[in-house]
Amino acid sequence: MDMQSFRKTYFEECHERLQEIETLLLSLESGDYQDEHLHAIFRAVHSIKGGAGAFGCDHIVSFAHIFETVLDSVRDHRLALDPELMEVLVTSSDVLAAIVGAAEQDQILAETFDAKAKADLSQYMDGAEHAPLPAAHASSSDAKKGTSRTYTIVFKPHSRLYEKANEPLLLLRELGGLGEMILSVNVDALPDLSAMDAVGGYLSWTITLTTTHHKDAITEVFEFVLDDCDLTITETDRTVAGEMKPTPPSDASPAIETGEAKVSSIRVDLDKIDRLVNMVGELVITHAMLSQQAEKLARDGYPHLARGIEELSTHTRELQDHVMAIRAQPVRMAFARIPRLVRDVSKDVSKQIKLIMTGEETEVDKTVIENLADPLTHLIRNAIDHGIEDAETRKAAGKNPEGTISVSAGHRSGRILIEIRDDGAGLNTKKIAEKAKERGLIENPDLMSPDELHQLIFNPGFSTAEQISNISGRGVGMDVVKRNIQSIGGKVYVKSEAGVGARFVLSLPLTLAVMDGMIVRVGSQKLILPISNILESLRPRRQDISTITEGGEVLDLRDHYIPLLRLNRLFNIPARYDEPWQGLVLIVESEQTTFALFVDELVGKQQVVIKSLEENYDPVEGISSATILGDGSVALILDPASLYDLHTKQGDSLAFAA
Amino acid sequence: MSKTVLAVDDSKTMRDMVSFALTEAGFSVTTADDGAHGLKVAQEGTFDVIITDINMPNMDGITLIGHLRGLSQYQSTPILILTTESEQGKRDQGKNAGATGWIVKPFNPEKLIQVVNKVAA
Repeated sequence: MDMQSFRKTYFEECHERLQEIETLLLSLESGDYQDEHLHAIFRAVHSIKGGAGAFGCDHIVSFAHIFETVLDSVRDHRLALDPELMEVLVTSSDVLAAIVGAAEQDQILAETFDAKAKADLSQYMDGAEHAPLPAAHASSSDAKKGTSRTYTIVFKPHSRLYEKANEPLLLLRELGGLGEMILSVNVDALPDLSAMDAVGGYLSWTITLTTTHHKDAITEVFEFVLDDCDLTITETDRTVAGEMKPTPPSDASPAIETGEAKVSSIRVDLDKIDRLVNMVGELVITHAMLSQQAEKLARDGYPHLARGIEELSTHTRELQDHVMAIRAQPVRMAFARIPRLVRDVSKDVSKQIKLIMTGEETEVDKTVIENLADPLTHLIRNAIDHGIEDAETRKAAGKNPEGTISVSAGHRSGRILIEIRDDGAGLNTKKIAEKAKERGLIENPDLMSPDELHQLIFNPGFSTAEQISNISGRGVGMDVVKRNIQSIGGKVYVKSEAGVGARFVLSLPLTLAVMDGMIVRVGSQKLILPISNILESLRPRRQDISTITEGGEVLDLRDHYIPLLRLNRLFNIPARYDEPWQGLVLIVESEQTTFALFVDELVGKQQVVIKSLEENYDPVEGISSATILGDGSVALILDPASLYDLHTKQGDSLAFAA
Repeated sequence: MSKTVLAVDDSKTMRDMVSFALTEAGFSVTTADDGAHGLKVAQEGTFDVIITDINMPNMDGITLIGHLRGLSQYQSTPILILTTESEQGKRDQGKNAGATGWIVKPFNPEKLIQVVNKVAA
């Protein structure tokens, strides 16, 4: 049996536990004191220690033991959790993480590596608690060979022994394994059957045992029941070795079955999963093609074909969901480092920051998670360093001296939205305008709304930080943030209000491979809109459409006016219908707004495999990607948000032209 | 019929190790990841041996043993607790709650099987 096969599980678990320890310590430090936090930290350290012994990781065991001892005192309220001790605990969790990391890599750390942390922890251990870690358990089979001894053992179980499901028969059998045994049972105390209690302790045994084992081995047989019986072991005879009888081999050697090991997780090369995802994508296309062909056949003539294709459709869909689920992970993985980051950065800049995180369970594709870490780190550093004002400024502005940063994740319109919000001073619109003009990014700031100006911070090389601190200069690297997010099909924008705070929104796709699409037709073109963005479709009445000055067209949707976009005009496609009341409008929701989109007609719903335009062609405004339809033709997938941007721009240029 | 074991531990490493070692030795092993879960699983099935960790979220091992001993079908079922060398106090608490015996962590598979055989008829 190979313990090494569990090493990997053990270290994976260690990393989870360490993360948990850190998160909980930080909650404690931030004033969220709960006894349960301490219990959970203790359990986590304890569990790391428990596993370490099995893999011979003595360094982990010895450090975790001291750490755990102090934690035990804290959770029992024998020690007060003051800031100083808090710091020691946080440092100790780092040291433990380093020791675990080294053990995982089979590196030997110097004994002195944890000397300081150990010393710090030891201050908090009073004498009684300073229980040294006992030496490894000596096995009873290390019998002192050579001398045969005879013992007389009197064993009288109490009823408590039976109540705890101990079984004298098993104990006696085990005892017999140690040597030669003569057994007599004393039934004097046995009452009448009618008066007998099933778990009553009525019997006692007198045993004469001749063995080469030491008395300790006999005691060990009874180790579980010592408190629940009368036991006397007396050595009555000793024969010096020579003609000593060999101990009969233990009959406890269990039959080894070559059963399959229970493994609840395996590691799979990401490439393999991606190949699977691609194949499922191709399968979706093949299915679409098949069903399209089958529709042309008379349904009556081939009833099984039709049913088969329907079943294929269900199975393909399920297969796809499962394959996608393999890649999905909770966003918690990307959020886990945030508390520590906030703690360290806020200490560096001496600001008090409260962190609120929500929606950590939201699941998203692994690639998306992996590409989130850097942008998140950057945005949070920025928010602390430049967003949140120092305590005096905040007080002067009538704000809570403690700043708040909230990070949240959630699903919306088939995408995941991650928001990083601070309650600081907000972006400095005036400074951004000046800088943008100086850099030649814009001509006339007065023509731009504050919101438009704010988005300029995502331009390469844009920084307005008066002093570049060692943490960040707001603007430095914002373009990198944008690029990172774009590379995974996401978008980032900022909303800011002077004096109230800034809010960075990352809008990310749930998966990078497949989506449910609605095929729409404009003239001869088929285009696809993500179903998740469509709220409803309707044919408006002529009087529902009106034109407002400088604002283009709007649709009166049950007394709400929403902008009307004409797909044929946006892409300059000759349409079958000229007016919305002849065709159809879709009510489309994007991250920023809801609008109506005029098309000729709906063709149908279909699952589409996303093929990147950026990778295969070039980015096109209003279009997110392309796909292959069932008939083999290529169709473009619309991106509602950028469609709206395109509309706004065209409207502007029309307004200027007028 | 192989004997059935319920292993309750919040550590996946421990669950995997106990499960692997005992399965190899011919036991049929079910696992649960905390005391509350363990109690639920125990109530839904029958087990010949129950092994439980002490420190667990939701319900600790001591409480679990108390509950199990209160159930008629587990009054005479061997229950083993997983403890470390330094937890003499916990061991006593476990015994008082009705544990049959204990397994000292860290253990090797042979030791584990030996202890289970020691209490399971």
